[in-house]
Amino acid sequence: MRLLLVLLLLLAPLTGRAQDAFSDALPGLGGGFAQQAEAADRLGALGDPRAVPILRALSDGRLLKRPDGTLLIREGDRVTEVATGAAADPAGAEPLRINNRVRQALRGALGRLSLVSPDPAERLAAAEAVFRSRSVENIPLLEAALARESLGRVRERLELALAASRMASPDEAAKRAGIAALGETSSAEARGILLEARATNPALAGEIDAAIASIDRRLTIRRAFETLFQGLSLGSVLLLAALGLAVTFGVMGVINMAHGEFVMLGAYTTFVMQEALRDIPGLASWSLPLSVPAAFLVAAACGAALERGLIRHLYGRPLETLLLTFGVGMMIQQAVRLGFGAQNREVSSPPWMQGTLELPLGVMVTQNRLWILVFSLAVLALTVAAIRFTRFGLEMRAVTQNRRIASAMGIRTGRVDALTFAFGSGIAGIAGVALSQIDNVSPNLGTGYIIDSFMVVVFGGVGSLAGTLVGAMTLGVVNKMLEPFAGVVLAKVFVLVAIMVFIQRRPRGLFALKGRAAEQ
Amino acid sequence: MTRPTLTRRAALAGLGAALTAPAIRPSMAQSAPIKIGVLHSLSGTMAISETALRDTVLMMVEYQNSKGGLLGRRLEAVVVDPASNWPLFAEKARELLQVHKVDVTFGCWTSVSRKSVLPVFEELNGMLFYPVQYEGEEESRNIFYTGAAPNQQAIPAVEYLMSADGGGAQRIVLLGTDYVYPRTTNRILRGFLNSKGIGNADIMEEYTPFGHSDWQGIVTRVKAFANQGKKTAIVSTINGDANVPFYRELGNQGIKAEDIPCVAFSVGEEELAGIDTRPLVGHLAAWNYFMSVQSPANTEFKNLWQAYIKNPRRVTNDPMEATYTGFNMWAQAVAAARTTAVDAVRTSVIGQEFAAPAGYTEKMLPNHHLSKPVMIGEVQADGQFNIVWKTPTVVPAENWSQFIPENANRRRG
Repeated sequence: MRLLLVLLLLLAPLTGRAQDAFSDALPGLGGGFAQQAEAADRLGALGDPRAVPILRALSDGRLLKRPDGTLLIREGDRVTEVATGAAADPAGAEPLRINNRVRQALRGALGRLSLVSPDPAERLAAAEAVFRSRSVENIPLLEAALARESLGRVRERLELALAASRMASPDEAAKRAGIAALGETSSAEARGILLEARATNPALAGEIDAAIASIDRRLTIRRAFETLFQGLSLGSVLLLAALGLAVTFGVMGVINMAHGEFVMLGAYTTFVMQEALRDIPGLASWSLPLSVPAAFLVAAACGAALERGLIRHLYGRPLETLLLTFGVGMMIQQAVRLGFGAQNREVSSPPWMQGTLELPLGVMVTQNRLWILVFSLAVLALTVAAIRFTRFGLEMRAVTQNRRIASAMGIRTGRVDALTFAFGSGIAGIAGVALSQIDNVSPNLGTGYIIDSFMVVVFGGVGSLAGTLVGAMTLGVVNKMLEPFAGVVLAKVFVLVAIMVFIQRRPRGLFALKGRAAEQ
Repeated sequence: MTRPTLTRRAALAGLGAALTAPAIRPSMAQSAPIKIGVLHSLSGTMAISETALRDTVLMMVEYQNSKGGLLGRRLEAVVVDPASNWPLFAEKARELLQVHKVDVTFGCWTSVSRKSVLPVFEELNGMLFYPVQYEGEEESRNIFYTGAAPNQQAIPAVEYLMSADGGGAQRIVLLGTDYVYPRTTNRILRGFLNSKGIGNADIMEEYTPFGHSDWQGIVTRVKAFANQGKKTAIVSTINGDANVPFYRELGNQGIKAEDIPCVAFSVGEEELAGIDTRPLVGHLAAWNYFMSVQSPANTEFKNLWQAYIKNPRRVTNDPMEATYTGFNMWAQAVAAARTTAVDAVRTSVIGQEFAAPAGYTEKMLPNHHLSKPVMIGEVQADGQFNIVWKTPTVVPAENWSQFIPENANRRRG
């Protein structure tokens, strides 16, 4: 309330004078790009809050122009005239187009106008916008806004914006204050502003260099954390793709070249679920979580069918299994291509998987990658739990360690084989749900991951889930650390060469199984 | 082994054909059809872009037949699927020429596929119409290039980025898929940027494999590169479906077009059809045609396409327009030459003019390339492009770039 009062007091003397200037500036919004940008600047400088809905409409494409030049504004179904506020007929009116130059001007103008907004989120966005537009005229506005602001988050942004604006001022003292304030941050944008200022202010070069060095110290730490996160994120994708294989290949010893296709089936299940639940209110937003059990069941069913129908006849003949599953993989791919078409299918991301999350130290992580990292660890935990603590897990371990004794103890080994294979395939299906969020859902989705999955399992140590985890994360982080120096393609080559050398030295991988089980 | 019913049915069908065909088009039934080869990937990473081109050729074949065919003969399309597999392109090209004996082929998208089929077309003296913008540095007597050469797309686009309207970029990020088109284009662009006073320290260049999906590291590095006190822009020659995760990552990391605009050379309306474009509004594409062009020829083209595909919401794009223009020029040339023989048609195609949907009259030049207009479009929230800049007239193609030093002593023509 007090804020509004202050706002009104501030604007009261302005409105009278601004009346004509405001109406004068409006028609410019309907002109060419250069005129639009100029009009936006003028409206921003006037500080008249009536401009806010108009500028916002222009930036959203809701500002229309009739052939006679009258500007109309659309709010939902209502169309009114901008100048008079009277209801108008939108027939014949075309929405006004803008380009990036106009967008920049609009952002700056809207930022200035909404610095006094009662909504903290709007003030934050406004501070951000003013920070980017950096003009001397913003200094008094920002000082006034800072005097009123009580939220720490917004204050921080406002101070940054003030410092950036001061850099544009001709006053030496103001510039010094700006440099000092920018040097306190860990923002890459602030560094950019300082670098820009360095070229035009040779007298302040020393201070600017010191400020840049101070930012760089913090930036280095931040970048290291970001690289680490990106590595772990790549690792989590590898982990998801490889986990199912760690069960079927690692525990059972079946070389399943159709593993990638189970991943792909999981991704398509996600697509089908999305389409099926699209029109059901309440369930539509749950399609992604619900896809996890669905994908598990679909892939597990296919896996069980493959094991019972074909693979069990080939136990102990790895080469034939390899060729057979390779062929089955191609058949699944072609079947999906015939059923869904060769074109990619779009699986949309829920809002909570879009955008960036800012962690302490200014480390930025993308939401979708963060969720996938958490998800992969959860899937790993469930897999370990299933193998360690359930009856099925016990029987599975018994059968893989010594099939004949397990059989003598009354375990139906054939059934355990089928269940184990179905379990591994089901995990691959779950991986497909996660991959649908970051990769294209196409019939070839799986082919891209099969080599990586085998690499992770062999590198980590066949038969060891801990090895799969450590192997996936190591490969991910090493890959991301090499990328800035070697580029994406070469980084991958280096990692492959490194693994080849490593396997020469330690053929059993990172976590080699010890004891009698390893001798088989 | 006699099957009476089948024979009777065949006889009836033959009778029916014999009765009706001469009545409608006397000459069409008499001679063998003209065969049109279609060599586009219908599966694999390039299917996202190339499937629509196959449909465009099929549409043109149907359209031409509805007008009475060519030289009194019916047209017949032969479709093969090279599956985004570059060596398979050469095999399929050989199959089209030797087994199906096609008179002309429309096909290829990536330069690597064109390079793969080029020796086949030269050896067997076939004729290929290639409809996609490419890096230049090539001129085959058996290929007609109806897409843009670098001076008709890449260079004007970068000039726009450096202009006041484009944001006045002083630092450029060159991102591309790792194959011949992006690497050559970026080499030309580097030469051009150097000539404009942008040094190598202000150019970042990175390549990724086809179908790349993990863009986080690259986008983070682009952000760091952009915060060096100079206005930065991205020039993307990323091809195929890798664009989807790339744009998704740009959106997720909050890169706005106002701050770092990205101009793409291989992303059109068709590629955007699979993405939520709201976070991408303001990013750019450079082409020689956009669906939003206002011209009578474009209205005709769009109506023809949407009627053929039976979907009033299907989009058109630049390579489709180039296919359409190429097909029409070929048809005009065949009509003028009174034959489909490759050597005769080749001389006849050169100099053909066609009022293209882009709104200009395009002409086939003696260097087997077209003169075309250049346009820059901004992505809109509805997946269409708003044209923010275009050349006043058509620009003749310069397939041997002046920014590649080795071309200095090559004859320009």
